[in-house]
Amino acid sequence: MISPNAPDSLLVIVPALNEEAAIGDVVRDIHQHVPGVPVLVIDDSSSDNTIAVARQAGAEVLPMPHHLGVGGCVQAGYKLAYELGYQYVIRVDGDGQHDARDISRVFEKLKSTGCEMVIGSRFVAENGSRTGTVRSLGIRFFRLVLRPVLGKAVHDPTSGFVGVNRRALDVFRQSFPLEYPEIEALVVLQRRRFRFEEVPCKMRPRTTGRSSITALKSLYYVVHVLLGVFVNVLKFDRRFRRAQRERGTGG
Amino acid sequence: MDRLLNVTTGLSVILLVIILISVRRAHIRVEYSVTWLLAAAAMLILSRMHPLLDAVRNLIGLPDSPLTLFLLAGGVVLVMLFRFSVIISHLRDNNIALAQRVAILEYHLQHLKNHENQEA
Repeated sequence: MISPNAPDSLLVIVPALNEEAAIGDVVRDIHQHVPGVPVLVIDDSSSDNTIAVARQAGAEVLPMPHHLGVGGCVQAGYKLAYELGYQYVIRVDGDGQHDARDISRVFEKLKSTGCEMVIGSRFVAENGSRTGTVRSLGIRFFRLVLRPVLGKAVHDPTSGFVGVNRRALDVFRQSFPLEYPEIEALVVLQRRRFRFEEVPCKMRPRTTGRSSITALKSLYYVVHVLLGVFVNVLKFDRRFRRAQRERGTGG
Repeated sequence: MDRLLNVTTGLSVILLVIILISVRRAHIRVEYSVTWLLAAAAMLILSRMHPLLDAVRNLIGLPDSPLTLFLLAGGVVLVMLFRFSVIISHLRDNNIALAQRVAILEYHLQHLKNHENQEA
């Protein structure tokens, strides 16, 4: 069983669905570049050999009883990490697009700044990462929407390469967006007055499988995420105003 | 118009019978059948009591009674669909939380078994 063995214990989680072609290399890549750090693959009820390949490559596997979606898988990983006592968790995608060499950079940033979340960003610095036109437009759109909500610029709000500390884990184990969680998770943290930082990361082109966000799903994605952002802003602002009123009444 | 109201009466009776049989056979839980029973009973009463239906029609300002009846039925169905969406959302949230808990417990159990095997 994986268990934290240092005060700054780190766990790398990898949500995966039918990634048998890529998951082995992903796990080996992580072991090679951050040796000694346990890797937990959260299998979203794959119909292929993802579980066996991940175990063979040296990862622990948390198989889901049925398909939960990426948010449900990541939250399960956060819950287990919190229960086991980990201080930091970094999420890496199972398709091999994230470069494991960047994990230590995200980890260092988490520790040195004390902020609750660090995003591995493709756009903080020019690093040769390429994204499709539709996705690129979507990212630009959400940058504009999120700028006033977050109070600071975020370059890569849809990045799945994210590190969190234990304070964020505590929040996310209780409440985490289930579909397209990246942007909503940022808003949830910001509304709790938590901080986030970005570090430049390189994203490799996908070598196997296809993105879950196809062109047809893009519109649904935009509406879904906008609604999620809107709801979270309202929810937390209402709580904030209620807390202020109670403080006023109590004082 | 009368024929349409008679058809509505017939459909309401059939709906009532289906709901009662479903409750009896435990195909639908009692708490979810109440809304359907009320809707079917309301349709039955309105389709048989013309003065009441006319009063409702005048209140809403519609030209004829069957349209009033079907508009009300449509409204009720929309409310019920929304109610079921709320219920499904709660069930989905609970289902995901349960699935995650099962996965985590299985993970712990598997490692306990492995540990026991190693000790043995």
